Order: sequence, then C-alpha cells, then structure tokens
Amino acid sequence: MKSNKTIQQYCLALCAGFFLMSASVSAQTVDQSTPDGLIKAVVSDVMASVKSDPEIQKGNVPRIVDLVEKKIVPYTDMRRTTEMAMGPNWKKASPEQQAQLVSEFKSLLIRTYSGALSQLRDQTIQFKPLRAAPDDKEVVVRTVVIGRGDPIPLDYRLEKTPSGWRVYDINIMGAWLIEAYRNQFANQISQNGIEGLVKFLQDRNKQLAAAKPTN
Amino acid sequence: MYLLAKLKHIILLGLITTMVGCASIPAGVAPSPNDPWEPFNRSVFEFNEGLDSYVLKPVVKGYRFVLPEFVRDGIYNFFSNYSDIYTALQNLLQGKPSLAFSDLMRVVVNTTFGLGGLIDMATPGGLPKHKEDWGQTFGVWGLPSGPYVVLPFFGPSTVRDTLGTAADLESDYLFAYVKDIGLRNSITGLRVVNARNTYYEAGDLLDGAAIDKYSFVRDAYIQRREYQINESRDDDESVIPIYQNPYE
Repeated sequence: MKSNKTIQQYCLALCAGFFLMSASVSAQTVDQSTPDGLIKAVVSDVMASVKSDPEIQKGNVPRIVDLVEKKIVPYTDMRRTTEMAMGPNWKKASPEQQAQLVSEFKSLLIRTYSGALSQLRDQTIQFKPLRAAPDDKEVVVRTVVIGRGDPIPLDYRLEKTPSGWRVYDINIMGAWLIEAYRNQFANQISQNGIEGLVKFLQDRNKQLAAAKPTN
Repeated sequence: MYLLAKLKHIILLGLITTMVGCASIPAGVAPSPNDPWEPFNRSVFEFNEGLDSYVLKPVVKGYRFVLPEFVRDGIYNFFSNYSDIYTALQNLLQGKPSLAFSDLMRVVVNTTFGLGGLIDMATPGGLPKHKEDWGQTFGVWGLPSGPYVVLPFFGPSTVRDTLGTAADLESDYLFAYVKDIGLRNSITGLRVVNARNTYYEAGDLLDGAAIDKYSFVRDAYIQRREYQINESRDDDESVIPIYQNPYE
C-alpha cells in the first residue's frame, strides 16, 4: 500500500516537473540590461525561430546563417574574440589583416557551429545561478542544454561594453572556444605567418561554402 | 586482472602499429607544456583517425541506416541507464551522497517506468543525468592529470585518465564479468558503435572548425576534463581562463 502511494506521489511529481519545464521555456522576460537576461532573451528567441521554421530544421544553411547574423551576432563581440585568440600576435597584424581575421574567423564559426542549430527540437535550457556582483565588467552565464542525450554544459562569457553586454567567448562541454583556438592560431602563424592564417581561413570558408549540406 | 593483461596486449599492439608509421610535429609548432610526448601522440592520433574514417564511421553510418531513430535512442538510453549505476558509485566515492542518491533514483525510475532503461523518464521528471568516471574521481581526490596521452582505440587521455579508463573497464560488469565471450563481444561492439553515434554530427563539425585537429582536440580535452573535475569539486571560479589581452 505504502509503495503504491509513493508511486502516485512520484507520478504527480513527474507531471509537475513536465509542467515546470515547459513553463520555464515559454516565460520570456526580456531584460537586456543584465547579462543573464540578455542570454535568456536571445536563447528563447532563437529557439522559437528554429522550432517554427521547417527549413532550418531541414538544415537549410543560408537560412540558418541568416538567423545567426540577425539574432545572435549583434550580441557578440567577434573582434574581441579574435584578439584574445590571437594573443600577442594580434599587434603584429596590420589593420587590414586584423579586419580580415575577424571576418574570416567569424564566418568559420558561423558556418561550422550553426549546423548545431538545426538540431534544436525539444531541448530545454537550464540557467545556473549567476555569480556576479552588480558592478562586474565581466560575467560568465552558465547554462545546461537538456535534450535527449547527455546534458551539455554551455556557458557564455560576456563583457560590458558601452552598447550593452556582449558575448565574446563560449564554453561548450567544458572547453572555451578562445582557449581551443589559441594554440591553433599560434601554430599556423609560426608556420606560415599571419598572411598564412588569413589564407587558411579564407580557403576553409570557401570549401565549407562549396560543400553540399549533409542533411 | 586477466582482463587488464589482455587490455595491455591490445594497447601494446596498437602502440607498435603506430610507432612503425611515426609522425612528427609539423615544423614551427611550439611545444605545449601539457604535451611532452607530442610526436608519439600525433602518430597514435593519426592511427585512430584512420581507424575512425575507414572502420568505425562507416559502421556507424550503416547502423544509422539500418536502425530507426527510436531504436537507436532506446539503445543509447539503455547503456546510459547502465552507466548511471557507475556514476552513482563514483559520486559516492567523491563524497557526494546526495548526487549519488539522485543517480540511483534515476536508475530505479528508468529501469521500472522507463521499460528497463529504454526510455529516459528521469530527466524530464527532474532528475538530471550526471556522468562521472574513475578519472574524474582520481582528479577530485587530488591526483594531477599528468601529461596528455593519446591512447590507441580510446583516443585522448592523460596519464591519470589512462589509469581511470583501466579502472573503468576493470569494474565494468558488462565488459569484465559477462562469461559468454560471444555475448560480451557483441555488447562491447554495440556500446562502441552507440558511443560513436552520439557524436556523429559533432565529428563532422570538428573537421570543419579545426585549423589543426590534433591540437584542437587536445586543448579541448584537457580543458573539458579540468572543467568536469572542478565542477565535481564545486569551485568553478578557477576554470575561467585568463587570456592575454594584446592591449594590456
């Protein structure tokens, strides 16, 4: 008898859990003055767009890129991302090379990572408590993507700029993007110079643009 | 112990195979302090890459073609449920009884309501999945990771995580204690294919995003393990890297 009751209680808890999950996704309080508010707003906007667009779900690359350009890129600071990934080599690059590096690195990231957006279906995003003081200039917003497989930790590193909070680094499953590119950039530069890195990125982007979508 | 001896043979065989076709560091690549054995590691990495593109990936492609998604999901969930038992054990060893209890609850819920583990009922029910292994537990206990190592077949690792992997296999019921060799090999094969299937798309993504795949995988792996262990210790402040700002 007792175990029966436990099961009933459990089922109730289960239903409540489902309800809370769906409620937490639909409640979108858009507040762009705080870093976690910004991430919440952007994430729920992007998820809603993907879920309502069958073309994106089919993996239509131009459409995904368009979505990323419109709804994600405005809240990022790709120049800072590139600067940090370049490290000391950044100052050795001419202003033209710097501009090329920022734009080529940006399109490489968009082309490769945006494919993951087409996989968004029934995932929920869980926000961990924000640990930050009100006057912090740099903040990490920690989230977990909960879907069918293992939960995926996804963290955003933001910086306060005059125009608002901007994301300049992300952590996927424990690895920071900038950190993962620093050695790769440095190695490519020591082998082929800054011009070599620019050319490498250009060639790779052309290859990726020419490749047929896999889905 | 018998199993460990056998494993040693497999690893040795892999090492010999890879050392024959030795690769060296590309000219101009600065040595990484975490990776003193880079020339050796690069050759094992190439061996694994070859194995993946000629054997494992084609097999997984067939697996995806033959089995419908819900069957693959069921297989994934089954092994995931099985591994939750070990995660519970590791959480206990790491001194986190409440997490261990939550993991055990997951196993109970998924094994009963989830039809023997084929469906993950616990995650939507508010019991999130965790994943802990011996390498992480050693790390939480304070054992340093040691240099980076690429193991044949198993891929990226460190000295500590190699010990961890050996302990994982030694304590794994389905791998170490199932008596029927044919059954055991079939289970192991299915687990390998299932594991590779979970990052089928991610693997292609990595190929597109990498400038030098070897150091990309290495730097991501080292960070990821540190992140997992820090998260287990719950002092996540230390995992945020400090970048050298070119303007400061």
